Amino acid sequence: MNTKTADRIATGVFYCIALIIIAILVSLFYYILVNGLKNISLDFLTTPSSNVRAGGGIRDQLFNSLYVLVITMVIAVPLGLGGGIYMAEYAKPGKITDTIRSCIEVLASLPSIVIGMFGLLMFVNLTGWGYTILGGALALTVFNLPVIVRVSEDAIRSVPRELKEASLALGITHWHTIKTVILPSAFPTILTGIILASGRVFGEAAALLFTAGLSTPRLDYANWNPFSATSPLNIFRPAETLAVHIWAVNTQGLIPDVEEVSSGAAAVLVLSVLIFNLLARWIGSLIHRKITATK
Amino acid sequence: MEKVSSAKDRLLKSGQDWLGGEFRGKALVILCAVIMISATIAITIFLGTKGLQSFIKDGISLIEFITSKTWNPTDKANPKYGTLPFIFGSFAVTFLSALVAAPLGIGGAIFMTEISSSWGRKILQPVIELLVGIPSVVYGFIGLSVLVPFIRENIGGLGFSLLSGTIVLSIMILPTVTSIATDAMGSLPGALREGSFALGATRWQTIKKVLIPAAMPSLLTAIVLGMARAFGEALAVQMVIGNVKNLPSSLLDASATLTTIITLNMGHTTYGSVENNTLWSMGLILLVMSFAFILLIRYLSARRKL
Repeated sequence: MNTKTADRIATGVFYCIALIIIAILVSLFYYILVNGLKNISLDFLTTPSSNVRAGGGIRDQLFNSLYVLVITMVIAVPLGLGGGIYMAEYAKPGKITDTIRSCIEVLASLPSIVIGMFGLLMFVNLTGWGYTILGGALALTVFNLPVIVRVSEDAIRSVPRELKEASLALGITHWHTIKTVILPSAFPTILTGIILASGRVFGEAAALLFTAGLSTPRLDYANWNPFSATSPLNIFRPAETLAVHIWAVNTQGLIPDVEEVSSGAAAVLVLSVLIFNLLARWIGSLIHRKITATK
Repeated sequence: MEKVSSAKDRLLKSGQDWLGGEFRGKALVILCAVIMISATIAITIFLGTKGLQSFIKDGISLIEFITSKTWNPTDKANPKYGTLPFIFGSFAVTFLSALVAAPLGIGGAIFMTEISSSWGRKILQPVIELLVGIPSVVYGFIGLSVLVPFIRENIGGLGFSLLSGTIVLSIMILPTVTSIATDAMGSLPGALREGSFALGATRWQTIKKVLIPAAMPSLLTAIVLGMARAFGEALAVQMVIGNVKNLPSSLLDASATLTTIITLNMGHTTYGSVENNTLWSMGLILLVMSFAFILLIRYLSARRKL
């Protein structure tokens, strides 16, 4: 075979591979949206789910997903940001830094089910809380921490050296420089990373099965006292999230309209993740434009 | 409204707590780092001790646990705790999905870096990012409602099979493999390409004989990371693989993996019972495997030449 022909064939093969990948995504989205959107209605989003009858909605699951996400981020963002600042600004090359790096690597590569098991052991049994939102959020924190540490470390490292040096040269201390010069300048990148990580947390289910549980108590949305058992804001109640709900109705559910409920829920989930992605891009470019004054 | 004060005032005032702030700030970030280390150590210790209980307390032999083919923990008189079918299932879906995803992912990466970078950046890159974003339960749900019936009607068997698990996992790890492989190919020095082209090599010859060998350790890292993800994936696989306790004899047989058995049984076994303890031992196997994957990646990156 002529080398030119071989080259053409190879090029064709690579085009085919690219087309296959694109086709996979397009057909996945087509399936999710075409089947899902027709099941999404205001009614679907605002009625509570049912365990046995058809016609259940996803009100509580949607709220739980958002609430777990918020609680997770409240815990994980300060921790991850602190870790990122330490790694980028304070860590000196050596054994300790290597150990921390290995720890981050280990945490990042743990399967989410293993983190769920750890959560079950630690936040459900050891603390005696049972299945709680807080337990789920702590498990997701473990799952999410390495991502946020890595994002903030990279963002801080990519801040121009001159900014930091100018600030230090003015006699400002290191911590004050971090607080007033480096963090504001790294903020857009960190925010983008955090929003992308939120999308991942929003769709996570395996780590929540054994920590936040498979059920939701009857919620009273007029009750805003976070310590009351029926309040949606109570962090010590079990909470089934949207992703867990999809899994549960498909594998152990009794409802007759499994297909409708789960395709609707899947569409809501995918659309939310899509919104997180677009939001991350949009906010990132918006702040970038504002700070650098480019058009 | 903030109180307006002169710059001199503010500098003088901030001078008072600069030292305190400096110390507090450093202590704060060190605390965060310590929390990360302790979380990792806690996970290893807790899962380690809990996972070893079935061998130490319940007296199950480790060899039997790993090599026996019979899993029958509910038999009162003679319970059997052999997890070989699940370990085999885990490794089978992992290797098979890597076998499917590796050529596709590396091919996609080469398309993006060597063939058409403008198309690649404009279309393929966002496609990969969106694929990463789809939650694993959604993959599982689509597998369950499309793939399983399709295989049942067109290929044979129940549909719940090793094959369905493999296909779902291949799509799930495809973005991981592609994005890391793209980074690997993109970071190769341009001089390699130019040198090869200058010698009269075609693009395909350059890719095959120069670029892929040069990027090999990084490409292998991409595949190993994809395999690590496949090995630990639970819910999507659980929804399509069928979860039976026998060793599969063909691709169309239903099977089970370590993760799917844990997912399925953790909820309805009593905490502290022997069967429950064996699930924790399976969790320990997952943990050990994820350490093994990390060591493999370390070994590969140590061999990276460029």
